Amino acid sequence: MEIKVVRKVLDVNNTIAEQNRKLFADKNVFVLNVMSSPGSGKTTMLGKTIGRLMPEIRTAVIVGDVSTTNDADRLAKTGAPVVQVNTDAFGGDCHLAAHVIAKAAENFDLAEVDLLIVENVGNLVCPAEFDIGEDAKIVVLSVTEGEDKPLKYPLMFRVCDAAVLNKIDLLPHLDYDKNEAVRNIVQIHPGIPVFEISACTEAGMEPWVIWLKEKVKEKHV
Amino acid sequence: MHEMGIAMQVVEIAAASIPEHLKGSRVQGVYLKIGKLSSVVPDSLRFCFDIVSKDSAIAGATLYIEEIPVTARCKSCDHHWTIDGPAFSCPRCGSATIVLTSGQELDIASIEIEEKPIGDQETV
Repeated sequence: MEIKVVRKVLDVNNTIAEQNRKLFADKNVFVLNVMSSPGSGKTTMLGKTIGRLMPEIRTAVIVGDVSTTNDADRLAKTGAPVVQVNTDAFGGDCHLAAHVIAKAAENFDLAEVDLLIVENVGNLVCPAEFDIGEDAKIVVLSVTEGEDKPLKYPLMFRVCDAAVLNKIDLLPHLDYDKNEAVRNIVQIHPGIPVFEISACTEAGMEPWVIWLKEKVKEKHV
Repeated sequence: MHEMGIAMQVVEIAAASIPEHLKGSRVQGVYLKIGKLSSVVPDSLRFCFDIVSKDSAIAGATLYIEEIPVTARCKSCDHHWTIDGPAFSCPRCGSATIVLTSGQELDIASIEIEEKPIGDQETV
């Protein structure tokens, strides 16, 4: 006998994500989910970004890693409150799920936060699938990776609202076709803003920071 | 990469979907719909499902996965098509404003439960 079920497998996660979204809306907190492959330079990029946001935009950070608190230690130097989540306590997960964000957010006084940045686990596959209650998702990739990354991980580039192409200061030393990389991103997600930056030299940071500030302000209006 | 977590959710939802009056009946199959754009690998999911379901209320059930193609509709010219490569703009008019109409599913559609032979039914 066939019993109709018709439920989303990620129902539980999606429900908690919606609760998170409501909580963050009540507290006027803009939530940015930052995803990337490991080694794209996203922690450096976030450190430099936060440096340009604070104190105008009060920023807090949740950092997800399978193990170690190295990234949290680096980001804490910006003065922003940081909570490190090690997913090995949750079974070595490859992504941050909504319930993990709900728990981690309890560590902040959200009334004092305008922007909550979630640095997801470095992985271009799984985090794309899990709603955490964010307002925007971005993907960071770097010019030391293949130009075809967007074609290999289409879901990630489809679901993101912006892409940051990092480490452009290394281009003179690499056999990397930046235009092809950007073409591939836009092929998967036409119209997506692509910010070409070097977190190291801070080249190109301004347009990206302006984009983020505007997003945060839109929510506060 | 997160197929074990997905498998656990599938088993939990399937077990909770067994109607009260059929509790104890054998669940023969669980039918999933997985969009080709989702990041789930069917073979890994089957492998994890077999491990997770073994000691559950749906022990012995087979996982059937229907893979759903990625389809889209163009907002400009209303063209419908199936996307089979990494290109997400309209092949007819070139517009980039498209809506994905399928391909991101990760749904349980149904479960198949063995009907108890008449002799097994409790006498009132």
